[in-house]
Amino acid sequence: MCTQSVGLIAGVLEQHGISTVCVALVRSIAESVSPPRALAVPFRFGAPLGEANDAEGQMGVMRSALALLQESGPPPILRDYRSSGEPPRSR
Amino acid sequence: MAEFAELSLRHRLEMAVYRWRRVKPSVWFPLAVPLRDAKVALVTTAGLFRPGVDRPFQNVRGGDYSFRIIPDDAELHTLAVGQTSDAFDRQPVESDRNSALPLDRLHQLVAIGEIGASAPRHLSFNGSITAPGRLIRDSAPDAARLLRDDGVQGALLVPV
Repeated sequence: MCTQSVGLIAGVLEQHGISTVCVALVRSIAESVSPPRALAVPFRFGAPLGEANDAEGQMGVMRSALALLQESGPPPILRDYRSSGEPPRSR
Repeated sequence: MAEFAELSLRHRLEMAVYRWRRVKPSVWFPLAVPLRDAKVALVTTAGLFRPGVDRPFQNVRGGDYSFRIIPDDAELHTLAVGQTSDAFDRQPVESDRNSALPLDRLHQLVAIGEIGASAPRHLSFNGSITAPGRLIRDSAPDAARLLRDDGVQGALLVPV
């Protein structure tokens, strides 16, 4: 449910001039809600950035997500996170 | 990727019949400045709040669509995890608030110059909102205006 909620909030923020990127725990829900930019992650419910206390892992997800803010589109951009250092890619 | 199979039977049944919102992508606001110059806010749906300061989230029909403000200088470990849903593993965020509100990571990115600035205020929603009409109509626009007043240019939204 949270993946839907962040997508809907993102849409409203964009209407008010704020660029957004969402982490998506469930790809199919992100496809349905279509936030402008989203990073689909391979983690379970409750661990959107990976394991707790893994600062390096959290940083990796954040960098990949925030990088989508600089893409030129077109929307929606939905990428899969790759943790091995390779850039996220479309599917 | 999270799977509905992780959930209890009750939640799986709820998800199976729930009518997910279908939104056509229509609004697109490009980042106005390079990320290294941008002011970035975090938005979590983990239901984090400040005990003794904020009103806890309520377990109400359709979901609590309100939000709480998390100051940029908040001590993460003092925040309560007020998500009203039990359809996720609480352990990661209970042991490390950065799991859902990666404020320490954001500050690190600012310190090394990859992001321009951290927003003075970040936002926390209770993400288990099955009836999101008032979220879209009322609280999300209020949240957007708050972030805009703070000069925020980009936001990272993190579900649980």
